Parts: sequence; structure tokens; C-alpha cells
Amino acid sequence: MTSSTPQPSTPLLSADALHKTYGPTPALDGADFTIRSGEVVAVMGPSGSGKSTLLHCLAGIVRPDAGKVLYRGEELSAMSDAARSALRRGDFGFVFQFGQLVPELTCVENVALPLRLNGAKRKEAERLATEWLHRLEVDDLGHKRPGEVSGGQGQRVAVARALVGGPRVIFADEPTGALDSLNGERVMRLLTDAARDTGAAVVLVTHEARVAAYSDREIVVRDGKSRDMERVA
Amino acid sequence: MSTPSENAPRTTPPRTLPRTDARTWVRDLALGARFTLAGGKEGWIRNLLTAVGVGLGVAVLLLASAVPAMMQARSDRSHDRDDMYFGEKLKPTASTMLINNTDTVYHGVDVYGRVLDPDGDKPPVPPGLSRVPAPGEMTVSPALAKLLDSSEGKLLKERLNYRVTGTIAKAGLLGPAELVYYAGSDTLTDAHATRVDTIGGARRSSEGLGAVLTLLVIIGLVVLLMPVAILIATAVRFGGERRDRRLAALRLVGADTRMTRRIAAGEALVGAVVGLVFGLGFFLLGRHFTGQIELYRLSVFPSDVRPGTGLALLIVLGVPAAAVAVTVLALRGIAIEPLGVVRNAALRKRRLWWRLLIPVAGLALLAPLFGGVQGNADLNAYQISAGAILLLVGVTAVLPWLVEMIVNRFGGGRIPWQLATRRLQLNSGASARMVNGITVAVAGAIALQMLFSGIESGFTSDTGKDPNRAQMQASVDVTDGPQATAAFQAYRTTPGVRSALGLVQTSAIPDGAAAKAKASGNPDAAGEILEFPVIVGDCAALAEIAAVGDCADGSVYRVLPDASYTTPPDISKAGARLDLNAPQSGVLTGPPRPWTVPATARTVKSRTSPNGDVQWGILATPGTLDVARTQQARATVLIKLDAQRPDAEEYVRNTTARLGESANTYTLEGTRTVRKYTSIKRGLLIGAVTTLLLIGISLLVSMLEQLRERKKLLAVLIAFGTRRSTLGLSVLWQTALPVALGLALAVIGGLGLGSVLLKMVGSPIRVDWASAATMTGVGAGVVLLVTLLSLPPLWRMMRPDGLRTE
Amino acid sequence: MSIGHTLLGLLESGPRHGYDLKRAFDERFGHDRPLHYGQVYSTMARLLKNGLVEVEGIEPGSGPERKRYAITDAGLTDVETWLAQPEKPEPYLQTTLYTKVVLALLTGRSAIDLLDTQRAEHLRLMRELTRRKSSGDLADQLICDHALFHLEADLRWLELTAARLDQLATEVRK
Repeated sequence: MTSSTPQPSTPLLSADALHKTYGPTPALDGADFTIRSGEVVAVMGPSGSGKSTLLHCLAGIVRPDAGKVLYRGEELSAMSDAARSALRRGDFGFVFQFGQLVPELTCVENVALPLRLNGAKRKEAERLATEWLHRLEVDDLGHKRPGEVSGGQGQRVAVARALVGGPRVIFADEPTGALDSLNGERVMRLLTDAARDTGAAVVLVTHEARVAAYSDREIVVRDGKSRDMERVA
Repeated sequence: MSTPSENAPRTTPPRTLPRTDARTWVRDLALGARFTLAGGKEGWIRNLLTAVGVGLGVAVLLLASAVPAMMQARSDRSHDRDDMYFGEKLKPTASTMLINNTDTVYHGVDVYGRVLDPDGDKPPVPPGLSRVPAPGEMTVSPALAKLLDSSEGKLLKERLNYRVTGTIAKAGLLGPAELVYYAGSDTLTDAHATRVDTIGGARRSSEGLGAVLTLLVIIGLVVLLMPVAILIATAVRFGGERRDRRLAALRLVGADTRMTRRIAAGEALVGAVVGLVFGLGFFLLGRHFTGQIELYRLSVFPSDVRPGTGLALLIVLGVPAAAVAVTVLALRGIAIEPLGVVRNAALRKRRLWWRLLIPVAGLALLAPLFGGVQGNADLNAYQISAGAILLLVGVTAVLPWLVEMIVNRFGGGRIPWQLATRRLQLNSGASARMVNGITVAVAGAIALQMLFSGIESGFTSDTGKDPNRAQMQASVDVTDGPQATAAFQAYRTTPGVRSALGLVQTSAIPDGAAAKAKASGNPDAAGEILEFPVIVGDCAALAEIAAVGDCADGSVYRVLPDASYTTPPDISKAGARLDLNAPQSGVLTGPPRPWTVPATARTVKSRTSPNGDVQWGILATPGTLDVARTQQARATVLIKLDAQRPDAEEYVRNTTARLGESANTYTLEGTRTVRKYTSIKRGLLIGAVTTLLLIGISLLVSMLEQLRERKKLLAVLIAFGTRRSTLGLSVLWQTALPVALGLALAVIGGLGLGSVLLKMVGSPIRVDWASAATMTGVGAGVVLLVTLLSLPPLWRMMRPDGLRTE
Repeated sequence: MSIGHTLLGLLESGPRHGYDLKRAFDERFGHDRPLHYGQVYSTMARLLKNGLVEVEGIEPGSGPERKRYAITDAGLTDVETWLAQPEKPEPYLQTTLYTKVVLALLTGRSAIDLLDTQRAEHLRLMRELTRRKSSGDLADQLICDHALFHLEADLRWLELTAARLDQLATEVRK
């Protein structure tokens, strides 16, 4: 899967004075911080503070209006759409709150999707996907469709999908937002354990302190401005 | 904590059982209507789409209902200007007029032309004219006036050598684009022109279409209107999923199942009523433009497009009723629960047997008519329509089963394919519904085309003409040889003419027969003299009508008539003495012109002329019989055109026009098609194309709606780094797959219905692959167009904004 | 927590020695602070005096730990009453944190820094508890969760205060 071992000191992903405006109000108004390989970083803040926008910028889904996103020394914001898409397919994994599993594909096929998008053969991709489902304790769901599984199970399938490609960074946007405490904790434990095992960094957007407690450190976003609590402390 | 006593007053009113009286219906319908109108921007857009869809359907229905009146108006005006006269020759009076038919063709378009020469001051005036044009002047239709003024009409202007002094009003025209002129003259004679005392007086009862054509019209209407019905049904269901969620919310606050159905019906009713208004608008707009559009040379006056009152009423009441019915029926397949919508339909496997029953029932209705649609047989229009409708509905009933069966066999494949097939597996019914309209339209069109080509031989006759040997034939009356020679010369020097072979056709009688008839004293005797043809031309010209073999100037030949002629063959044998002054219209004038058949005359076989005639008589070269010695002959010219030269035909027609009123020209065509058949075919083609385009629009709307519902998922897939092309392809597959199946079924169904129809008219079944391919191609083209048009919105929806929830 | 009631409750399943009682208590409830022997014996002496337990037997040997205690009917009633009576919710009306924030605002120091530092500290503890939870058994998990939920509540208060700092500042400086 992934060959990189955690190197906590190397900067992996950094934001430099990010600005992004949707409509009349700025969603991001100067965000700066650094994320190192293998660490789990929580991005916290009240609703509407710009957390999700920050995540979208970091993942190269949207381009910031000003400022830079550096991934392994390369400026993400300067890459073409195709190059950013390729990066998202290869190096990143995603977990969202809702609507992320393709409803007509089975769970195995959903998990295999990132690998297949990256050109893997179907058999091989589905074999790996089955392994990951096993690891996330949902092996029996393989041939069910997302509509037939519970929210917590679906979210674990989504975590498997985020991890299956051996990403260096996993972006998780309120991954437990739709779950009860027990299921939420289970998903968080599986997500962070798996990420630590594979050495992937996790950018975890959440407004819940108990979810953020699974992180190594936190970044607080307030009114579009970020505050790296490591520097404060 | 005391328990309430039995007869304590109740604090809540007694619960009433739901009663569905008219008032409840009205209340719930009104509630639904209010929901539609208060639905915000999203609701308005949905309503607009529904209204446009229903409106387009209604407009087509109104147009179809206007067809009978339109045909009637055209045929009335056609009778009103009819100047055919059958009867005794009239004597000239103050109220008579000579009319010469000078119809011509310009650039392939018919020009209706009449030259009028009044005998007095009270002539009949053709409809649309205020007076008969003075000699040298003409009154023209607006379309002809425009053509004559344009550079395109230059050659026609040369041909119609009259001054334009007036415009023909609508009463004298079949359609606004018709080319018509009435010219005035004072030189017509009754040798070529007809004398009339009225125009359009005698209204003949319109002739029936005949059984086969009636069948065509019925099937045509069924085939065109069924997709329109499907279109309306589809349009009413736009935005169904969002509405279902809204209804679920209503269930949560206490509405029961019936109530939600009625509320949904109320919403659909609003869409249908607004759609009716839109439809009326589209219809009026379309009617306004019919005056300017000329499709397949058929133009229609906007004022002729009047829907019949009964049919219009049926549409106005039927469409909203159908909208309500479709909505209520569609809701039967799903259960709207307070916490969401449960679709029952997807759970059970589709069965084939009852779906096959429908086309079988259709077949059963049509089978008794096999071989029975002939001549003027009375047809049961209802039986035919019902049979055809059942056969076509059978196709749409089998389609969902077919899509499900085929799609369930697919697994794996590349990602776009996998995404598409999995989506179809989950909800194959919706996609089958989407292509139903296309399937029915294509199946119907194929069946019609097959019926057409199958019975084409009945309507298209082989004219026996051979366009390879000559493309045009002109003929003109001449009084003497030099006139004939001049006419031949005129054609030879016409631009675009490669060769013009001239034949002078006259008649001869046995020498002495004239004197004998005069001596008999019987005034009719001259008319009873046996005449036989004498044809003069050079060797090249004679070779076109007889196997002359070695020929030089001075040769002469005899072609014997076949046995059906009573003329004794020895009258024209070598050495026989003939009189070239044959009687004209039974009257002898002038002295005999004796001529002896030379001893060298050989008997040869005839050859079919390029114009299809088989000629007999004496065939002489100018060296034996000088053209100048003939009189009252008809000069015929067989013309070969230079295919490279544009307008060659027009130059020839102009030459003909210069040669005077007795001259006329034909184009030699290998086949001739009955006009009625052509116009029906045109009408149906227009209809088929319009229908397919309409269905394309509704397909596009459903597609966009489906995409909008998946906006979030698309954004997530893009976040994953999915290539746009992957998603675009999956959308294409998702449409193309059911459409391909639909078209395959349409071909089968169309060929089946076509075979049934051919059996009904008793024609041998011949599969018309070419037309099946054409219609399938048009259907596939519409789908491709829809996919292309849906790509830009798809790209827009795939922007990451879709991920934002805050 | 009432140690007396807890020990009484443990006796319900059968008579025990004082040593057994301490072990049972520590196993179930004493994760942070195990009981001292002295605490057990003084408590048992009090319960004995009040007639809630009785000495069922003294084993041969020396030392007070040889006594076997059994619950009396009065003791049973006492446990039942205790369990049935709801605990009084803590009102937390006067908190140090609130005092600190107001003081910071009054003296012109950065209240937001104060809040953020506090939140970082809270989160640090929450991380520790979360880690402990993932390696512990169910009892550990439940106890840690209890603390985590309380800390989370504090954190939410911190968030809310941070969001209303401007309002509070004007109020304080009036």
C-alpha cells in the first residue's frame, strides 16, 4: 500500500495567506499553517467560519483567490485542473458527511472506485477493497448497496474508500456529523488508527471537540482566519 | 388523578371518517395548486418546464385538429378557381371568355398559369382577382411577384412576358407560397383555348381517399399523436421526486394517502392548465409563422389553420384530465410515507407475459382486416386505430422488461460503463420511460415507411419514358415546313441543349378519298376517311422511333400498326398513291396534295420512342418528302440537355413560351407518383421530424433534472479526482444504452406493424431496411444531440461549489 | 460519591471481609483513587454503629480485617433509598474561567488568547483521555467518556464566549 513511513518533521502540506471569497463575504481571510507527514490535525471552528472552504483549498478542489497551497514543496494552486485531479486521485483520500457513496454501486465497488479511477484492474481493485472493508469491520457489506446499510456502516465504507489508495493525506469533512456518539467514535477510532498505521496525514474538519480529541493538534478557524494552536502554545 | 367519567364532555371534536365528496376533492386540488404556485424559484422552473412540455404537446394536438379544416379550405379554393369545362362548345357572348392553361414549372416548382381572353365586357372573373387583366398585363400571386422581382426569377420573367398590374388575393390561392398568374390576351383562338362562361361554378363532391390512403392517414395520425401523448405524460411528471418528498412532509403533518394523491393531482393540474395556455400561445405563434414557412413545397395560410370546435374542446378538457390521471396512476407505484418515499415498483421483477398480451391483442384486432384494405372498401377507423395503438403500446410495455433483463446481465467493464449500467440496474424503469416516446415515434415511422414503399408500386407508375435518350420533349403546331424547321432551329440554339431531334407528324389519306367524300354529299363523310400517320425527320430522328438500320437522306420506311388497328396495311405499300391533305377536325380544305410512296420503301419494326410512345406509319427522310409539302402538322422535338448547364430546362421552357400558345414542353421522367400520395408522405415526414424534436426536448429536460438531483454526488466524485470525461461518458452510456435497446425494439416493432399493415392492403411483405435505418438514425441523432446539449450543464454542475453546504 | 452507600451496595450480593470489600471497590470504581484500609474500617465501623451492617463472623487469626460483614434489612432499605434518589445536578454558576475572562476584559488583556489557551489545555486533556479510552476496558471507556463530555461542555462554553466576546466587552466596560 503506502511505502512512506511517518516523518513527523517534514512539512507535507502548508497554507500561506489563503484568501477565498464566495459572493460578498470572504470565506477565507488569511489562513497560514503547516501539516507534517503522518499527523492528524483537527480544523475546528464554529459553522460558517470557513473550515470547509479551507479544506477544499488544501485539497486542490477549489483555487484560492490569493495565497499559496504547497504540497511537498509544489504549489498546488498553480497546477492545472488535470494535474490537481490526478493528485487527488493518487495522493489524497476523502471522507465527507453526506452523499458520498455512489448509490448504484455496491460497497465493494464504491471502495474500489479510487483505485479504478487510477487505472487499476477491476479484480485487483476489488480484492484490495475487500481487504479494507475487512479492516474496517464491515466485510459482510461488500455486495450491498449504500441504500441498504446503516449510516455508521456507510461511513466506515467511506473511510475504507478514502484509505484504499494509500493516500498521503486524508481529508475528512465532518466525518461523524451524521452519526450518533457511539458510531462516530468508532469511525474516528478506525480512521485515525488506519491513518497512523499507513502513515497518512489526516486533515479533520469538525466542530465537535470529542472528535477533535482524536487529533494530534488543532487549528482553529474563526471568521476565515486560522490560528495554529501549536504556535500559540 | 380521577378517571374521566363516561359521560364527561369530550374536549376534542369527534373524528370524522375521510369522506371523498366533491368538496374534499376541490379543497385538496386547490391545496396542491397553491403548493405549485408558492414553490419558490425551484417550483417555478419546474412548472415552467412542465408547462412548456405540455404546451408543445397541446400545440401539436391543436395543429392536428386543424388539419381537416385546413384541407377543406384548400380544396374549396381549388374548386372555386377550377376552369375545366366539359360540354358542348360554347358560342362567344358578352359573358364568355377563352382560357388557356399555361401551367409551367420553374426550378422544379409548379407555376399555375392561365391566359384569359374575354369575348365581351362581362367575363367571369377568377377568384382573388378584381378584374380580368388587359392584354399584355398579368395579375400574380405575392410569392410570384417576389420571385419575379428577384434575380432568381430572371429566366421566369423572360418566359412570362407580361406587365404585372395586380396581386391575387387569398381567395385565388391554395397557399401563400403558391406561384400563380393570370395574364390577359386578345389573340387566343378556340383551337387551343377553352371557352367558358363560369369559373368554379360546378362544385364537384370531393373524391374519397380510397381505402389504402385512408389507412395511411389513420396510421399516420396514430403514429404522430402517440408520442405526443407520451410527451405530455412525461412533462406532467417533471420534478416528481422533489414533489414526492414534499408530499411525504405533508403526510408527516397528518395528510392521508388519498389526500396526498389529490394534492399531487392538483399540482399536475396547474402544470397542465398553464401548459394549455402555453400550448395556445405556441399554436398561435406557430400559425403565425406557417404563412412564412414552406415545407416540402406545401404552404398554408395561417387563417386556414382552424382547429375544429369539437376537437379543440376535447383537447382543452382532455389534457388536464389526462394530467391528473397520469399523476394519480404514477403515484400508485409508490407509497408516500411520513418519513419518505418507498418505491414498490423496483422491488418486483418485471414479467413478460402480460406485456406481450398487449401487442397480441393489437394483432388480433388487425388480423381480420388482412387483405381487406382494397379499393374503396369501408374501413372501421376505430378498429384500425385501436389495433395500431395496441401494437405500439405493446412496444413501450416490453421496453422496461427488455432494459431490465439486458442491463442486469452487465457487470464490470470500465468505470463509465460500470457507473451507467449500475445506475440503470437500480432504476431501469425511469430510463425506459425516458426513451418510450422515441421508441414509439421511430417504430411508427418505420411501419409507415414500410407501408409506403410496399404500396408504392400502386401509386407510382412506370411511365415507359426513357430519360437516358432524351430529357425533354417539346411540341408545337406548325402550318408549314419552314415553320417546323424554324422551331427545330429555335430549340437547337437554346442554351443548354446538346441535341434536338425534330420530327414532323402529319397524316395522309388514300389518294382520291377526298374527292369521293365530296361527291357523296354527306357532311360527315370527310371525318370517316381512314387516316394514317406520316412522320418526317432526318435519319437520327427516325432512328429514335424505328429500327431503320442503314439510313441516308432519301430513305423511306413503313412501320405497320399492330393488329388492333383496322387500317389495312397495304394502303401504304410501295408505289401506293397518297393524299397529304388530310381533313382537319373532320373538314376538308384546299386541293389534294398527292404523293407516291417510293418503291424503295422498306418495312421495318418500330422502336419505343424516348417519350414512351410506339409509332407507326410512313417514316420519310426530307430527301423523299419535303417538309414544306406537309401542312397542319405537329412538330415534335426530342431534346438532350447538357447536364452540366444549370437552368437548361428553364431555357427550353422559355423557348417554348416564345413559340406561342400551341407549344408545350414535358420533362421525361422514368416514374410518376400520384400526387395525393406525395403530399401525405410529405405531411407525415414533417410530423415525424417535429415529433422526434419535441421528444428530444423532453428528454433533455428529464436528463437535466436527473443531473440536478445528483449534483452533490457529482461534486464528491470530482473531489476524488474523477476525470470529467469519465463522468461525461457515463452520462452518455446511461442514455445511449436504453436508447439503443429502445431503437432495436422500435425496429422490430416497426417492421412488425409494417408487415401487418402490408398484409392488410394485400401487398407482399418486403422489409424496407433503408427506411428503418434512416428513422433509427434520426432517432439516434436526436439522442446524441440531447447528450451534447446536456454536457455544458453537466460541466457546470461538476464544479466543486456543489460540495458547499454552509 | 458516598463510600458508605457503595460499600453497602457491594455487601448486598453476600457477606464479605473488609479486605474483599476494598478489592471489589477498587476494581470497579477506584481507577483514580484506591481506598485506604483505614477508610474502609472507619466507614464499616460507622455503618455497624448505625445498624446497617452486622458482623456475621470473625475468622480465627488476628487483626480487624478478619471480620466478616453482612448487610442488615435497614442497610438494604438504605441502599434502595440512595439509588432511588436522584443526584443533585451541579449548577457551575460561578466559574473561575468566567472570572478570568471578565478580568482580562477589564484590564485590557487579550481575552481571546486566554480562551484559546484554555481550549488548547482542555483539548490536551481530552486527547489524553481519548488515548486512555482506546487502550482501556469498558469501565475505563465509560469513565473517560464522562469526563470527555464534561470537558466538551466546557469547550462549548469557551466557543460561545469567544463568539460573544465583543458583546461581553461592552457590557463589562459600561
